[in-house]
Amino acid sequence: MNGVDRLLRLGDDALIAAQRLAEWHASSPEMEEDVALANIALDQLGAARLFLTYAGESLGKDEDALAYLRDDREFRNCLLVELPNGDFAVTMAKLLFLSAYQLPLYTALAARPDERLAAIAAKARKESAYHLDHGSQWTIRLGDGTEESHRRMQDAVDQIWPYTHELTAGEVSRTDWLANVEPVLDEATLARPADDGWAPDGGRSGVHTEHLSCLLAEMQVVHRAYPGARW
Amino acid sequence: MRPRRGLSHGHVGSLRAPDAAMALRNARDLYTRRQEGVSIWVVPATAITASSPDEKDAFFDPAADKVYRHPTFYEVPDGVQHL
Repeated sequence: MNGVDRLLRLGDDALIAAQRLAEWHASSPEMEEDVALANIALDQLGAARLFLTYAGESLGKDEDALAYLRDDREFRNCLLVELPNGDFAVTMAKLLFLSAYQLPLYTALAARPDERLAAIAAKARKESAYHLDHGSQWTIRLGDGTEESHRRMQDAVDQIWPYTHELTAGEVSRTDWLANVEPVLDEATLARPADDGWAPDGGRSGVHTEHLSCLLAEMQVVHRAYPGARW
Repeated sequence: MRPRRGLSHGHVGSLRAPDAAMALRNARDLYTRRQEGVSIWVVPATAITASSPDEKDAFFDPAADKVYRHPTFYEVPDGVQHL
């Protein structure tokens, strides 16, 4: 994996996660959560801009060209971030699993010799720590909550779990990822799914689920209809 | 919330949360977006005993005509600093 590939993975994970989270805006369970999810989405968007701008310099493209003018096969994000939000429990499972991956990844990248990448990772790492906390807090409350919330949180964990194998197939080890996730599931009284099941991948090579193209259509429509439009 | 340049916490707002830990986090999200504070206390509304607006007159008016409670009857000596 060369430097540009890594930057595209990092940037696309953050960009697509931001776009999905933004869908909750004005429709979260409560106003406080609305602000929290919008904050997290904006954190991801901020990181995405830095990564994609950096990647674009090697490719002769700016951040807008990378975000708005690539098709789904050109995106390098993991499948997990493009999955639909589902109910609130699914969104929290996605947030927990993604941040449990981004935090050790950014921590490792912050120590790399590439100073610019290290600086971006050092900034994003603090934000990821908060995302992990937010996802953990809700997973614990829903898992160790009512019978209904426990059932839905367990369903969410079971549903998203297969997609976490793609996260730990690269620079973050399964052990490091589990170290962030297992204590939360324990405290939430949730069962940890087995690791020997279905493990879809392909996001890193541009082979995505059908959900990504729908997301991109919405995200890119204005830029493609009015190229170069500005506020 | 305690502001960056301040010694005491001041009230900044109210919010909903399922418990104290989430209240702290929600407060962080709602009220520190522009680096307003360096410390947050959250207090459940049920733990607050408040004076009644109906009793405002009886509570506070008696202090209105007691001017001798204000330190306004002293000549400030020349050279006094930090007053």
